[in-house]
Amino acid sequence: MKLKKHISSAIVITALTCASNQSLAGAEDDPLLTKVMVNQLESDVRKGKLSSWSAQGWLGHDLHKLWIKTEGERVDSDTEESELQALYSRAIAPYWDLQLGIRKDLLADSSQEWGVIGLQGLAPYYFEIDAALFVRDNGDAAFRFEAEYELMLTQKLVLTPEVEFNFYGQNSPDNKTGSGLSNIEAGIRLRYEFIREIAPYIGINWSKSFGNTADFLATSGESQSETQIVVGLRAWF
Amino acid sequence: MKTVSHHEFSRRRFVLGASTALLAATLPFPKSTLAADVNNQLISLTGKLINLSIDYKQVNFTGREKLATVINSTIPGPLLRWKEGERVTIRVTNNLAHSSSIHWHGLILPYQMDGVPGISFDGIPPGETFEYQFDLVQSGTYWYHSHSGFQEQTGMYGAIVIEPREPDPVSFDRDFVVMLSDWSDEDPEAVYAKLKKQSDYYNFRERTATDLISDIKQKGIVKTWNERSMWNQSRMSDRDLSDVTGYTYTYLMNGNTPEQGWQGLFKNGEKVRLRFINSAAMTIFDIRIPGLKLTVVASDGQSVQPVSVDEFRIGVAETYDVIVEPDSDQAYCIFAQSMDRTGYTAGSLTAHPSLKAEVPAMDPPANLGHSDMGMAMSGMAMSGMDHGAMKRDDRTMSELNHEAKKSQAVNHSAMNHDAMTMKPNAHQGHSMKSGMQVKREMTGGGLGKAGFGSNSEIRHLPSEFGPHVDMRASMPANGLRDPGIGLRQNQSQYGRRVLNYGDLGGLHRTYDPREPSREIQLHLTGNMSRYMWSMNGIKFADAEPLQLKYGERVRITLINDTMMSHPMHLHGMWSELETGDSAYIPKKHTIIVQPGSKISYLVSADARGSWAYHCHLLFHMPGMFRKVVVS
Repeated sequence: MKLKKHISSAIVITALTCASNQSLAGAEDDPLLTKVMVNQLESDVRKGKLSSWSAQGWLGHDLHKLWIKTEGERVDSDTEESELQALYSRAIAPYWDLQLGIRKDLLADSSQEWGVIGLQGLAPYYFEIDAALFVRDNGDAAFRFEAEYELMLTQKLVLTPEVEFNFYGQNSPDNKTGSGLSNIEAGIRLRYEFIREIAPYIGINWSKSFGNTADFLATSGESQSETQIVVGLRAWF
Repeated sequence: MKTVSHHEFSRRRFVLGASTALLAATLPFPKSTLAADVNNQLISLTGKLINLSIDYKQVNFTGREKLATVINSTIPGPLLRWKEGERVTIRVTNNLAHSSSIHWHGLILPYQMDGVPGISFDGIPPGETFEYQFDLVQSGTYWYHSHSGFQEQTGMYGAIVIEPREPDPVSFDRDFVVMLSDWSDEDPEAVYAKLKKQSDYYNFRERTATDLISDIKQKGIVKTWNERSMWNQSRMSDRDLSDVTGYTYTYLMNGNTPEQGWQGLFKNGEKVRLRFINSAAMTIFDIRIPGLKLTVVASDGQSVQPVSVDEFRIGVAETYDVIVEPDSDQAYCIFAQSMDRTGYTAGSLTAHPSLKAEVPAMDPPANLGHSDMGMAMSGMAMSGMDHGAMKRDDRTMSELNHEAKKSQAVNHSAMNHDAMTMKPNAHQGHSMKSGMQVKREMTGGGLGKAGFGSNSEIRHLPSEFGPHVDMRASMPANGLRDPGIGLRQNQSQYGRRVLNYGDLGGLHRTYDPREPSREIQLHLTGNMSRYMWSMNGIKFADAEPLQLKYGERVRITLINDTMMSHPMHLHGMWSELETGDSAYIPKKHTIIVQPGSKISYLVSADARGSWAYHCHLLFHMPGMFRKVVVS
């Protein structure tokens, strides 16, 4: 499967760079580092199977990084949709990175590519923001805005509300996306950091489609809104 | 009074060791392996020819075996005892797989002997021996450590005591080195990488919802919002006191864990000289000995006018010599708590080896205030003023008033100068009444007189702007009389007199009475969340060397544009801290620059060659570093 290929090549790249960290001998101020963050790896408790994932990884230095992002959802045993982004990330402000690159969507029976221009960082009041504009060679455009907040209940128990908005510039019946606000996803997850790197969580995820997107989904008999109770694991290394 | 023979002493030590081993066996942690090493004393080496060997060794400070880099197979390495005026030769053999080095911290010597790879020499390659040779032109308490990579963190440090040629100005009956350090089972490279990936990795004192609720209950929503607003807007944490904490560190005293507890023996009525050396990689300690006054007699090896305190802060790489005079047959706890209060190390000064001192509880940790961001007071149009800032300004003002009463006639006192830099206080109606000051404040500019610090305008260079710098102190306070975060309230809260730099005056007259011919303003900069450190916004790798003309006398003014305390170390030449008396300027080699503050010192460029100049926090050093060329 294509996706597996992408993921495995990403793993190979990170494994190689992890190995190069080991040979680091001394106090180089800006060593080549890698970070792999599995932000969400979760399943719907009512279905019991892996339902979605969201992971990022970077390789690079303080101000310049190669940034990989992947996320996807699964319904039953089929991968419904997944995407992989490969970005060049450059720090442009103390808390902000400009990210440029490509995104590849792997749908059930097709794939498509987008160009990406994004801004990722930390806004005042500690909101983690990831906003990106996607453009296809046929002129299609999409915009995604994600915001997340980490509320520390204790030093190890963290409540994370997050929200994601997706907009499209056009109607695309094939992709079941309509112009304008297409869907909103909101979630709240409660994790416990056994150590900084490893934290299992429970959460609620809600998503709803709007406008033409909702209509396309209705036509094909798919649900326009969904609420999931999830359990999952957050990890980084 | 019964005297304790050496034989009896060592037998009792053995007994103590055995009982501790029994105790250790019942602990939930596998500490039994530690028991064999209970209460290690430093091993002294003396003589004009010293052989040092750098090796790997398995050590156990935490219950887990871990590979360390050691000098002559101990941590700390041997205590080197020399005499002023001697020419010493040290043959250092590197048995590591990596290049290594030894730097003689605080010693005045030819730059080729200074031991900084890439600046003074090429380093000592694996398997080779380097011969250091230099004249000892000073006396006092110093130390040595690796200047290669992060080797210092894994055990490569040791003490140096140089006996003066002239009679010691300080009399004492007992003499102990108290070397403080921090040990982690993690590889330092891994710690550094973690900080780059998540800069608050080691901070488990972050703001939580619980303290938000208690703040709201206590202060109301509006005040709580206002207090936190600036921190939230700036995306910084007022709970961020140190990068690496007791979460990973075990704090050591002369190589002993707090459980092992180093012991120094005294007899009632004796004067004991304690030579404190902070050889930690990342930990600033606050030291006190409950029940004893500490008379500070030297700082960074150089004699100072004695000053009696209850407590003092020791920055990484600083040394302080204190005299204590225990007057009862008991054990006193030498207590060194980390600045962030996440851990401590402790030992005892005891009349009898079987006595163990009670270890006090750590003080509560402090929160940073607005002034620690260099915002003084009115700089931000904030309605709700931070508690920390309030406290600090209260302190400053009460000290100012006190000092003003003391020295009304002296226009050029250090305090007057402080008042000048504290100008935002003026609108509060606390303003000092010296016409002289106001005039100088108005005219500004010009080079202040030697001993009194800088008058210059604070300028942020274009290189300080960008993704690599997250803060610039708009109104840096004068850090001179600031005991430092967490200590500011100790006088009023606990009645503990805390040393501050303003208390230091040289015992001997200023050796170079010239006025400075120019001033160099350097900004300590960084981006905390990206974990990048620099000076003037330029990291070492990209920086031109700082040029000094041989023979010139300059003032260096350091402005801390970060919220961390940076102990800055200039190699090869003294940093003469301007504490307000031009005739008796104390000489130091390492100076703490308080968060959001500034401090000035004079340097006589009397040593030709290339020298290192850097923050001595090991993980700040790679970036916050300059090469200094004197030619």
